[in-house]
Amino acid sequence: MTRYYTEEHEWIDVADGTATVGVTDYAQGQLGDVVFVELPDAGREVTAGAEAAVVESVKAASEVYAPVSGLVVEANQALADDPSLVNSDPEGAGWFFRLNLADASELASLMDAAAYQAYVATL
Amino acid sequence: MANDLPGDLQLLPLDALHQALGGRMVPFAGYAMPVQYPMGVMAEHLWTRAQAGLFDVSHMGQLTLAGDGAAEWLESIAPGDFKALQPGRMRYSLLLADDGGILDDLMVTFTGDHFYLVVNGATKHDDIAHMRARLPAGLTLSHMEGAALLALQGPAAVDVMRRLGVVPELPDIPAIDAMKFMSAGPYCWGAVRLGISRSGYTGEDGYEISLDAGDAAAFARALLADAAVKPIGLGARDSLRLEAGLPLYGHDLTPAIEPVEAGLSFAISKRRKAEGGFPGAARILGALLDGPARRRVGLKPEGRQPVREGALIFAGDQQVGVVTSGGFAPSVGGPVAMGYVAAPYAGDGTALAIEVRGKRLAATVVPMPFHAKNYVR
Repeated sequence: MTRYYTEEHEWIDVADGTATVGVTDYAQGQLGDVVFVELPDAGREVTAGAEAAVVESVKAASEVYAPVSGLVVEANQALADDPSLVNSDPEGAGWFFRLNLADASELASLMDAAAYQAYVATL
Repeated sequence: MANDLPGDLQLLPLDALHQALGGRMVPFAGYAMPVQYPMGVMAEHLWTRAQAGLFDVSHMGQLTLAGDGAAEWLESIAPGDFKALQPGRMRYSLLLADDGGILDDLMVTFTGDHFYLVVNGATKHDDIAHMRARLPAGLTLSHMEGAALLALQGPAAVDVMRRLGVVPELPDIPAIDAMKFMSAGPYCWGAVRLGISRSGYTGEDGYEISLDAGDAAAFARALLADAAVKPIGLGARDSLRLEAGLPLYGHDLTPAIEPVEAGLSFAISKRRKAEGGFPGAARILGALLDGPARRRVGLKPEGRQPVREGALIFAGDQQVGVVTSGGFAPSVGGPVAMGYVAAPYAGDGTALAIEVRGKRLAATVVPMPFHAKNYVR
């Protein structure tokens, strides 16, 4: 399994053509206390760079963009009951949704962990 | 991130302290202001409800109005009974346009010698221009540009101020813990002079403290040295006032809104209701008599999803209103909002729907505040 990152602070784990998507620890720090997450329903087609989810903090709503295109197969129901998982375990139990990759070549434009850490260090 | 701000922002007198405390600075009312500290909005909100929060509100406009006839003139621009305001007492009021629209909301204190006004930061320059254009000879309006304004809010605020040794400057004013809600007076902390009122914008007991900008850092650090006090940013200031049902100028109040529909009839003093004589009196007194066409109401969305400013409110297929403030209320444990709805839908318990990103969420009209106020009367 390989983990990729985007400049919009999402992470993507890819295994057997299925990608799990979430936001990074840096992202959750910027978002603040997450109180609600609107997730895409299974069966929805999402397009790389287009809005796929919305994260609500106490103060504001922030859009989360699909890092790659594909068909959503599962949303993390645990976030409905406990959205604070995004803060407490953003790169684990706080995952957002899984999708079947439409075009694996889109992964080539994403960062690996080392590149993402270097990117965050510039912010 | 901390310095990633437009270059033309003014800095608060406590800017260095906010930076040292890890404040995340954002542009607000032309100033670089802390929206939150490392503790985060949720924890800052809950801390203020449980202990005491220190807010820097030095962006707000502090004005003095002096001269013979000051009370009568104030009554020509705002609907309060300022002639009856006793020394050391303060009143919430509204700066009204000629058509009765709300130009700003403000606090008016009578010191016994002159009036002290606190207006919103984003509107202060317009307010001053509005007042100067109408100011008669013999009255002096001064902008206290060298003054800072701090707020200490929460149930522990009274003990913090007592522990710090804040004492009356004059023998005939009450000790800091004996001050009544909506009263004000001169106090001191050592050689530092403080103009203090027992008031605030959180729904909690607490104080608002005006002092020379040069003294503000030392006084703020002394407050923060008390274990009951944490610095609180604009994010929690907004969620606290929303839970308290208090409107925010520029969002819940605008020049297109008159006081009665805003639910602020209490700011029109009894004598003024009888006599009129304030801007827009005919329209405002008409709304009092006939009832306004729309009303500011509290809204409780079902579930956990917040609704935000600008969301449309529906009764069936008909749009009947719009949300003017909304968010997650930490002390309620769920979303709350306020907005304007057509009068037939403004009754408590009315079932409505609020549209968020194309979906309709069920919501109910509820009385405000959402969280019970904790004032010392």
